[in-house]
Amino acid sequence: MDLVRIEDVHKSYGHLEVLKGVSFSVAKGDVQCIVGPSGSGKSTLLRCINHLETINRGRIWVEDDLIGYRQNGRILHEMSDSELCHQRSQIGMVFQSFNLFAHRTSLENVIEGPIQVRSTPKTQAIEKARALLAQVGMDRFENYYPRQLSGGQQQRVAIARALAMEPKVVLFDEPTSALDPERVGEVLDVMCELAKTGMTMIVVTHEIGFAREVGSTLIFMDQGVVVEKGKPRDVIERSNNERAQAFFSKIL
Amino acid sequence: MPENSTHQDFEIRPLPHYERWISALLLVAVLGGFVYVLAGAQIKWSTIPQYATSTIILSGIGGTMYLTIGSMALGLLLGLIVAIARGSQNSVVSNAAAAYVWLFRGIPALVLVLLWFNIALVVPNVWIPFIFYGSTNDIVTPFVAALLGLALTESAFMSEIVRAGIISVDPGQIEAAKSIGLSPWKITKRVILPQTLKVVIPPTGNEFIAMLKYSSIAYVVAYQELASQSAKIYTQNLQVIEVLLAATIWYVALTTIFSILQHWIEKALRDTSGGSFARKMMRNIAPGRF
Ligand SMILES: Nc1ncnc2c1ncn2[C@@H]1O[C@H](COP(=O)(O)OP(=O)(O)O)[C@@H](O)[C@H]1O
Ligand SMILES: [Mg+2]
Repeated sequence: MDLVRIEDVHKSYGHLEVLKGVSFSVAKGDVQCIVGPSGSGKSTLLRCINHLETINRGRIWVEDDLIGYRQNGRILHEMSDSELCHQRSQIGMVFQSFNLFAHRTSLENVIEGPIQVRSTPKTQAIEKARALLAQVGMDRFENYYPRQLSGGQQQRVAIARALAMEPKVVLFDEPTSALDPERVGEVLDVMCELAKTGMTMIVVTHEIGFAREVGSTLIFMDQGVVVEKGKPRDVIERSNNERAQAFFSKIL
Repeated sequence: MPENSTHQDFEIRPLPHYERWISALLLVAVLGGFVYVLAGAQIKWSTIPQYATSTIILSGIGGTMYLTIGSMALGLLLGLIVAIARGSQNSVVSNAAAAYVWLFRGIPALVLVLLWFNIALVVPNVWIPFIFYGSTNDIVTPFVAALLGLALTESAFMSEIVRAGIISVDPGQIEAAKSIGLSPWKITKRVILPQTLKVVIPPTGNEFIAMLKYSSIAYVVAYQELASQSAKIYTQNLQVIEVLLAATIWYVALTTIFSILQHWIEKALRDTSGGSFARKMMRNIAPGRF
């Protein structure tokens, strides 16, 4: 069953068309990796999936929910803030620059969503947050502020924060690109374990090893379109597309 | 140069600072001249402490503190509201906020105080449904006129200070807050505002100290703060300089006390992260709510 469906998505900033008709679906439990040169629209695509950006054409569904709009025949009604918040709360997102709340500890970062958005009782939220921090190997750091943690540690807390909302899908936007090389592994390990739990994930990454080993399918994007899509090994090694070949030969 | 050379075996001669000696001499000369003039002036020095501790002046200090704290509190509150409104997605609200800042930054506080004080000339009665109906003059006392004039002017400047704080918050954190489904209002309250404090508190301290002195313009409506209380004495006994010097001593003392306080707060702020400091303060003010 397809959990995420992306249909003919177009997105422009002014006259610059960044996404030029992107379509694909992600099955439940799949790890969909996306690679492509810088500026090809990968981040924009992820941001459209949880409606941090509005789209100019096309539609996106997560499970049965049309993102950002209520459809009534041929009319798409824009959603209110509260409906949007409800949708976003079901879609996790992990950012390249971690974006932890700087004035809150690891634990406070993780319980923020459940308490403020879901009205989970505090003791219950804390219990769950501790389990999630343990899952990402950060349970010993629950009282640390982000500035006291390394990049890899911050990113693991950020993953726990996203998981605390029990999302249907988690979007990762180059989660290891801002890390020191020796810190990349610890974050990828956490993501690998998460994939094993059956979490649906869409991962923009330059870690070809991760895409090959963990990815269910791989998309190669360039200049706002999906150029190649298939089994990671096939896309990486047997693509007939020139641009894909050039890209992979450069980063492998 | 030989390797591992050290300064051990040599004497180091510091650079001579002749310019410091010259400036020190100049300063002494200027101060000396000043003291000479003062000594020759016909000032009754011994009366100054008496004025400084007279009940009229002391009540003026009370008035100055009331007006300063009142204007700053109201100015801060309004400034906060205007700053948040300025960032609203509702373009009517954000433009109204911009117009507010434009207007109240443009009117001199003195003129605004006088406008409020004389408002009864054009609006003789006030009617607030279910709360109040009566003569404008009963409401707009000298204190109220001064408070409104100063607070409205202050709020325009405070809103700019708060806005600078809001802009300083990492946009990535705001996106993260959106991504977990926090509502715009909760993002403002729980993510943005606590993190603005580090940027907002130092200039707010400055504004407070400026307001201590600025409140003296309430003189024009004869509100009983330090400057107008001083005037009350010297218009009677004509000891203008002595009384004003007594007031000066108090103004300098007050600004010194609050400068020290400001210094402490800023130090505490530097030693913690802005937000955790904010929450510690908030917890002390309203336990359990943060
Ligand atoms: N907010 C924005 N305003 C204008 N242009 C943008 C904005 N965000 C991204 N872009 C442009 O869109 C293009 C795609 O950006 P992005 O999605 O970040 O690419 P990628 O993540 O693949 O590197 C780039 O050319 C970028 O400059
Ligand atoms: Mg990107």
